[in-house]
Amino acid sequence: MNGKLHTEPRIQNPDPLYKALSDLHDGLSAEESLLVDSKLIFFLINHIGDDAVVMEAIERVRRSTRSAEA
Amino acid sequence: MPFMQRTYDYEEFEYAPSPEELSGQSTRYPVVVVGAGPVGLTAANDLVYHGIPVVVIDEDNKVSLGSRAICFAKRTLEVFDRLGCVEPMEEKGVTWNVGRVFYRDKEAYQFNLLPEEGHGHPAFINLQQYYLEEYLIEPLRDNPLAELRWLNRLVDLETHDDFVRLTVATPRGMYQMEAEWLIAADGTRSTVRKLMGLDYKGKQFEGKFLITDVVMKNEDFPTERWFWFDPPFNPGYSALLHKQADNVWRIDMQLGRDVDVEEEKDPNRVLPRIRAMLGEDADFDLEWISIYRFHSRRMERFVHGRVFFVGDAAHIVSPFGARGANSGIQDVDNLIWKLKLVMEGKASPQLLETYNEERIYAANENLFHTETSTEFISPNTPGQKALRNAVLELSREYEFARPLINSGRLSTATIMPDSPLNTPDEDEWNCRLIPGAPAEDAPVVRGDERSYFLKQVGGVFNGVLFVDSPQAIPTDTLADLQALAQKDVPIETKIVALEPTEATEYEGLPVFYDADGYMKQRYDATPGAYYLLRPDQHVCARWRSFDRAKVEAAQKKAGYLL
Repeated sequence: MNGKLHTEPRIQNPDPLYKALSDLHDGLSAEESLLVDSKLIFFLINHIGDDAVVMEAIERVRRSTRSAEA
Repeated sequence: MPFMQRTYDYEEFEYAPSPEELSGQSTRYPVVVVGAGPVGLTAANDLVYHGIPVVVIDEDNKVSLGSRAICFAKRTLEVFDRLGCVEPMEEKGVTWNVGRVFYRDKEAYQFNLLPEEGHGHPAFINLQQYYLEEYLIEPLRDNPLAELRWLNRLVDLETHDDFVRLTVATPRGMYQMEAEWLIAADGTRSTVRKLMGLDYKGKQFEGKFLITDVVMKNEDFPTERWFWFDPPFNPGYSALLHKQADNVWRIDMQLGRDVDVEEEKDPNRVLPRIRAMLGEDADFDLEWISIYRFHSRRMERFVHGRVFFVGDAAHIVSPFGARGANSGIQDVDNLIWKLKLVMEGKASPQLLETYNEERIYAANENLFHTETSTEFISPNTPGQKALRNAVLELSREYEFARPLINSGRLSTATIMPDSPLNTPDEDEWNCRLIPGAPAEDAPVVRGDERSYFLKQVGGVFNGVLFVDSPQAIPTDTLADLQALAQKDVPIETKIVALEPTEATEYEGLPVFYDADGYMKQRYDATPGAYYLLRPDQHVCARWRSFDRAKVEAAQKKAGYLL
């Protein structure tokens, strides 16, 4: 699968970014967590503005989740 | 639950013994249609439109009562216009443009389907199925080519290479008849399909829906489509409100998976729900209550020898998007002209296989849209529900999320770019219309009379020649066009002038003027351009300039002509 999705390292400041994400989930129920994740996904999908890139990411997640289960 | 239905008086059609019953002799008919619902009745109307005699059998003796199809799309109305029965439908039906989507106790957003100008028919009308059936039965009753046999129930069927033998039960007994061709329009629980032992694969959605029709006494209730996700009066589920004729409103209320159906149908339980939905000021009567579970299924093939499956008998979808009856009527539109050419020996029987191919393509499109809508409306897992609710919450503030809201994608005509009947473009075109799509409508003027383009075509192959001035058409082109109209399988050409023109008439070649410029725009028309349309008004080929040999080759391809 060679598409347009960047998979090489591009995150500038990993720790603050991760902490911000983690804080977003702080104190939330499982249901609330799913909701904030979903909102975040839609903001980013719209920002990317390229359905093929998103589809490729979906496919990669599907594969990695399957292989984790196997 | 037929204890109500106050707004509609139905007629019980009379059973009359058929000639076969009286004589005990089996007759062979050219075409028999099983099922007198919207799709079977459309098939009968299309057959007599083409001059083919038809016998329709139905196990019932009245139109379909209760909460059935209500929303009829533009392409369906164009088909009914070709068949000459659209006027009472559009007179009785209601149109709407504003849709509102609510999430919990607030409006998420609203839309206005401002109709595109210059079409002979609206995007859709809402009309109860019983009215539609009535308007389809009426023209058949006086037509000597059509015979409607009520209380005639198919009980057995025997397929042969060149005919089908049917055994039919009536109040008087049993009789047999034969059909050269059989059209199975007998719905989801198709008897024909069962008797032939054929598949109907797919799935049943888990949710149940309470469908209620109410008569609203408040005259000022707005004619809008309202859709609620997770409303206070039905927490965790959805609801839809839609207007029909006679001030009857359709309410679809999603129920839990494990509810007791009989309990939920109790008016004492239904009434408070609806009161909470419509508000304290609403004054209404219950008209009909039923509970449905939705399916998503289709047959592997729609053509089995001499038997054609159309409508719900061939494919069933959930109702979000009004893709049930509308797709069935397009099945018929696709089938009947092909059957006629084959019956007359003018086309190869291979043409009938393209009914299978084209309408399976359409069924897959409809299945995709209705399954996607159903998953959005009734998400299955916590993750799916979170995605859905995220879209709804974001939509209040962010426009980008609104297109993701899916409360049903309304039925539009299926476009078949890869149909084997198309001749691929060899020129550049810059318009939405492509080969495999139904021709676009537009106002046209002939003499003093203003009309619509789609009223001028259909039933036979048609050509459209665009010109600046009809006076300037070369003589040999005129002779070619007139010769095409005289062929065994004719191509009747309409001339469309792009510039205002003096009245010009040519034998067999009516001249229209593109009064509002919509033909030019919608067909990307340049002087000399020529479109070839199938008898079901679909574009099958087009060129920037007319070439008789190419037109004839494209027609042969589109009709598998012998």
